[in-house]
Amino acid sequence: MKAGPSRTNRPDNTAFTQQRLPAWQPILSAGIVIPGFTLIGLAFIGVGVALFVTSQKITDLEVRGKRDTHAVLFFFQGPVFFYYGLTSYYQNFRTYGVSKDGYQLSGDTYYFNVRAWYSCAPYQYDSNNNPIVPCGSIANSMFSDTFQLYQVVNGMKKQVPLDGKGIAWWTDYNIKYSNPALVNGSFANAFSGTVKPVNWSKPVYELDPTDQANNGFLNQNFLVWMRQAALPKFQKLYGRIAEGDYAQGLPAGNYTLLINYSYPVISFGGTKKVVLSNVSWMGGKNQFLGIAYLVIGSLCIVMAMVMLIIYAKYKFTDDDEDM
Amino acid sequence: DREFNLSFKYANNAIKTSKYNIFTFLPLNLFEQFQRLANAYFVFLLILQLIPAISSLSWFTTVVPLLLVLCMTLAKDGSDDINRHKNDRQVNNRRVDVLIDGKLKSEKWMNVQVGDIIKLENNQFVTPKDVCYFGETEKWEVHCEAPNNRLDKFTGTLSVQGAAYALDNERIILRGCTLRNTEWCFGLVLFGGPDTKLMQNSGKSTFKRTSIDHLMNVLVLFIFGLLALMCTALAIGNSIWEHQEGTSFTAFLPRQEGANADFSSFLSFWSYVIILNTVVPISLYVSVEILRLGNSYYIDWDRKMYHTKSDIPAQARTTTLNEELGQIKYIFSDKTGTLTQNIMVFNRCSINGKSYGESLQYLGLCEKVDFSWNPLADPKFCFHDHSLIEAVKQGSREVKAFFRLLALCHTVMPEEKREGELFYQAQSPDEGALVTAARNFGFVFRGRTPDTISVVEMGISTAYQLLAVLDFNNVRKRMSVIVRSPDGRLTLYCKGADTIIYERLHPSCSKLMEVTTDHLNEYAGEGLRTLALAYKDLDEAEFEVWKVRHHEASTTMEDREAKLDAIYEDIEKDLMLIGATAVEDKLQDGVPQTIEQLSKADIKIWVLTGDKQETAENIGYSCNMLQEEMTEVFVVAADTAEGVRQELVNARKMMSPGSPDEPPVLKSGIIGKKSEEVLDEKVEGEYGLVINGHSLAYGLQEDQQLELLRTACMCQTVICCRVTPLQKAQVVELIKKHKKAVTLAIGDGANDVSMIKAAHIGVGISGQEGMQAALSSDFSFAQFRYLQRLLLVHGRWSYLRMCSFLRYFFYKNFTFTFVHLWYAFFCGFSAQTVYDEWFITLYNLVYTALPVIGLGLFDQDVDDRWSFRYPQLYAPGQQNLYFNKMAFVRILLHSSYSSIILFFIPYAAIQDTVRDDGKDIADYQSFALLAQTCLLIAVNVQLGLDTSYWTAVNQFFLWGSLSVYFAVTFTMYSNGMFLIFTSSFPFIGTARNSLNQPNVWLTIFLTTILCVLPVVAFRFLLIQLRPTMNDKVRYKMRQDKAVLPPLPRRFPRRRISTRRSGYAFSHARGYGDLVTSGRFLRRNVKSRPTLFPLAESPVAESSPQIYRSIDGTQSSKQA
Repeated sequence: MKAGPSRTNRPDNTAFTQQRLPAWQPILSAGIVIPGFTLIGLAFIGVGVALFVTSQKITDLEVRGKRDTHAVLFFFQGPVFFYYGLTSYYQNFRTYGVSKDGYQLSGDTYYFNVRAWYSCAPYQYDSNNNPIVPCGSIANSMFSDTFQLYQVVNGMKKQVPLDGKGIAWWTDYNIKYSNPALVNGSFANAFSGTVKPVNWSKPVYELDPTDQANNGFLNQNFLVWMRQAALPKFQKLYGRIAEGDYAQGLPAGNYTLLINYSYPVISFGGTKKVVLSNVSWMGGKNQFLGIAYLVIGSLCIVMAMVMLIIYAKYKFTDDDEDM
Repeated sequence: DREFNLSFKYANNAIKTSKYNIFTFLPLNLFEQFQRLANAYFVFLLILQLIPAISSLSWFTTVVPLLLVLCMTLAKDGSDDINRHKNDRQVNNRRVDVLIDGKLKSEKWMNVQVGDIIKLENNQFVTPKDVCYFGETEKWEVHCEAPNNRLDKFTGTLSVQGAAYALDNERIILRGCTLRNTEWCFGLVLFGGPDTKLMQNSGKSTFKRTSIDHLMNVLVLFIFGLLALMCTALAIGNSIWEHQEGTSFTAFLPRQEGANADFSSFLSFWSYVIILNTVVPISLYVSVEILRLGNSYYIDWDRKMYHTKSDIPAQARTTTLNEELGQIKYIFSDKTGTLTQNIMVFNRCSINGKSYGESLQYLGLCEKVDFSWNPLADPKFCFHDHSLIEAVKQGSREVKAFFRLLALCHTVMPEEKREGELFYQAQSPDEGALVTAARNFGFVFRGRTPDTISVVEMGISTAYQLLAVLDFNNVRKRMSVIVRSPDGRLTLYCKGADTIIYERLHPSCSKLMEVTTDHLNEYAGEGLRTLALAYKDLDEAEFEVWKVRHHEASTTMEDREAKLDAIYEDIEKDLMLIGATAVEDKLQDGVPQTIEQLSKADIKIWVLTGDKQETAENIGYSCNMLQEEMTEVFVVAADTAEGVRQELVNARKMMSPGSPDEPPVLKSGIIGKKSEEVLDEKVEGEYGLVINGHSLAYGLQEDQQLELLRTACMCQTVICCRVTPLQKAQVVELIKKHKKAVTLAIGDGANDVSMIKAAHIGVGISGQEGMQAALSSDFSFAQFRYLQRLLLVHGRWSYLRMCSFLRYFFYKNFTFTFVHLWYAFFCGFSAQTVYDEWFITLYNLVYTALPVIGLGLFDQDVDDRWSFRYPQLYAPGQQNLYFNKMAFVRILLHSSYSSIILFFIPYAAIQDTVRDDGKDIADYQSFALLAQTCLLIAVNVQLGLDTSYWTAVNQFFLWGSLSVYFAVTFTMYSNGMFLIFTSSFPFIGTARNSLNQPNVWLTIFLTTILCVLPVVAFRFLLIQLRPTMNDKVRYKMRQDKAVLPPLPRRFPRRRISTRRSGYAFSHARGYGDLVTSGRFLRRNVKSRPTLFPLAESPVAESSPQIYRSIDGTQSSKQA
């Protein structure tokens, strides 16, 4: 037989072409599955307990309806966060979500008048064809209730400061949103020729009369509102109680909440609420994760036992006769 | 003549297989691509997305995948076409000698014209043309059929000076063939370029689709239905929401002008069509093609299917049928050249009552006989019985006569290229084997002229005068020569079927006859093809008389054949018996083992051969298809329709006494496309069926088809003999039509082409003469035994991979899509997406593309050795267990479950949750990121569960995809991207703000575990409670630390058996006579079915038989 040239068509002998690549071939054997389930179960129960206990430690106080005096029965560990919540409110509705202009909100005055392909209709222009800034449904429907919290000390109301700054995401405040440059040294002039959103009582550059810097597109309540909620039931951060006497928390006592009620929710069947809460390493109060971990962990243990029993009873015998 | 021929404008011989040129490539290819349904669907979506009121996703979610698919196809088509251009150029520029103006001139192939006479040389590729062979003539004219694509047929006439000669398939050489064993020859170009049969064949052949393709079509229809259903449901949901909530919510979310609740629900229908479009597996088609291509390359690359001797690797000629290889239920095999090598080996002989070549050789005890004393011996010949060579050397008269006969009585042509290097060109390999045997034993046939034969007898050159050749035909079943030896003696040498010879023996031989008969029985029992040899010394005067009569008969115009036969009959009588030869029809290597493996894999093997019944049956036994242990082997050979039916029914009743008269039928199919499937019937015991051609013709009639089918399918093995190429295809079609089974046809010759094309998968044995079978096949390789590797390893893996791939692919896309469904209930059915648009764009293309392809390219449940050890592992493919409608429904349920988990766990976990600094995290963007991360990790872990063979590549793909996901996500959500493309990347900061939260990761972990653990538990319990073959083997493999248990010790192939004989030149009637005489019955007599035929039908007799006992291999001959 000739060697060499007669074997020109011989395929290469590599692990790849011959499908002999070294490989790990795990199988679902009892030795892996049953201990695996047990371990996962134990771990889950451990995590679940930790989560549950943590969540239990979080204090929260929910205020619904019109009652305005509340008793805090024990020391409310700070920092305490003040949230407002809405239900049946569809911030995640698609046409609602796209109703804004990202270029405009990044401070580009060119887009005050000119539309990119963002659609702000019907809140682009008012009846006199003046451009609305900020345009669109989201901005227009900004939550407008205001809150003041007082501690009743010896019959006297002592205001608890609600810090409305530092409540928005750093990226939103610093990158995503920007105010237009001052025109003639005036912030308001930058918005000249535009009108405020229909539902607003104040123009965007006067949202926070107390702090000039907290205005325009960088008003933190505005930023919080503009970050649409994922679900129709949501709560948004209104302020932090982290200053003065209350920096360490709210002492036990009676508190009065003054609500400037201006935001209509009854018409669409929604509700409002106010929540005071502190946080832990795993965030706000949410029992779900802890309970879920506990339940799943227990189920894993049960399942491991069931599998053990079935394995002991039925495990397929290694008989060769049918092979 | 060139000018004259040119005037007809025959097709130019330049061939063009390429489709495009530089300028037409882009527009033409794009035009073709957009005609595809998948791309059209993309465009439809794109149009929907451009309508602002509907557009729920940005345009790029569709454009990016579309561009990618277009570019990939462009690249592939482009490179294919470049290759074609190259090939065309190479072929067109080959040189050939053309006869122009009486001189040979070297020309490029593309300049050769129809009507040219060209000279072909040995081993030269007959490339671009069909050539007709003929001798030297002067004035000629050829009439032939119009160009067509029938490879196995040609009709035409050649008129030379008024005389007409028929031109048939035997006389032409097709493009793509190689000239073999012929120094050179002249040919006339009949068709050029695109008119050649090969070119007519290529590209236009029917496009084969796999059963999975068909299933996919059904599923895609179903998925479109599902999509419409989901969108309708969601549109209705939207309508309800708009009426109940939307109306009152208008204070914050005003409707668009002129839009009421109903119109908005109409719009939301289309919006959801866009969002949910990912249920329709568009990118699936691209991936499936990649997988099939990859798995085809494995076949091309497999060294274990590479034949070293002929330097031919296996080749997947069709790259779209791979998974079908794992589902074969029926194999239709040709015999000669496929199961057998078409090599005959002189094995035993009986001379003057003494048998030589005892079967000791099979035990390997005996040394080969040394033929070195004979300079003219063929070195390849081997024989193991030394006593024969002793007998020759001692100069025994009978032995000398025996070999002298073999050296003289034949029609072999010798070729002596160099002194002492002899080559024999035999029309039948049997003859070649016999003449070679004589040569090695010192009776070297060295040359012939029309009236002499030169033989070197024990070193002495001798010339015999050849006086007459009494040729073979299928009625005579013998041939004789009459020669005059140098010393003047007149002798008639005759060889032929033993029954024929026995009838013509001189009474004095009766004792020798008995002994020889015993020997013949023995040889036949070993599956050898036997011939009896006899001679007769002629009287000079008697011969002179005969010669005159012979001349008269041979010149009569009427009834020449019959008259000649009668004359021959006169002289071939009172013969003296010399002995008998036994020739082995050599099986290809490993055929019995392969057959055994395949039948263990529950594949039914049908042999369809043009051979005679006994030859076929014999081979059936020797390659393990028919076994002594079989309960019964039925033979159907009736020659009336009713007779055939009766025999079939009898056989069926015997196998299954309770079988109903009406076949059990499963009717199915959608309206308009009814299909009937005949179900398998249970049979106790193993049976074989042998049916011959004319019975088959009746059996294939419309009214008997089902009867034939039922009976045949109850048998383990079916052998159809004396079938025509057309019948081969009909049998395949019959199974295809009535059985929901995948068929494979394997063959090597032109007569197998029809069946190769008809079957779901055609396999060609390449490397034989004539490439037609390989050319029209889907897979080709050099040896039959590679079939087991093709099916049990490549086929099984391909099927497994394809199914794993499809299951996972559907799972990941459904899961991905269904999450939107649940979210709809919480976003007012507004067609809000759960994920970031970029995630939607890249999910299929980038994040999950490679791991699933890795699964489809590398996965294997058990390796090849274990696949061979347990051929039963093949069964799931045949039963279509891994991917069918039920499996699809299971995927739907699984996906629904996963999507519920993937939506509701994050939903519950994010409810009213805040970050650890009190800021919001329940916003839409964070939720989207959470949901998509959960999804991606969960589907990847699921992939891990589905992968059973983790190569480094799989690991790399999996971890790589996850890393790419996080890298891309962080990049797209970075400040820089936002500042550059403000509008495209609104998710700025989401990843940073939410993925640093422990509760986000705890949610991701919980979701993944919840998606996966139930599957693990379910699979584990399934393995324990209802383990499949697969589970057991994998378990065993693990236990034994991959030490393969040895194959159960097979008894060595039994040589001493009781098989029926096959006579190389004998005919069915002789066989029948033998059986009735009882002499050839097996020793341990078992009852045979009563349907055994006594009489041979005239159909078989009248069917043409060439002087050779092979079928298949159409050797090209010179006219």
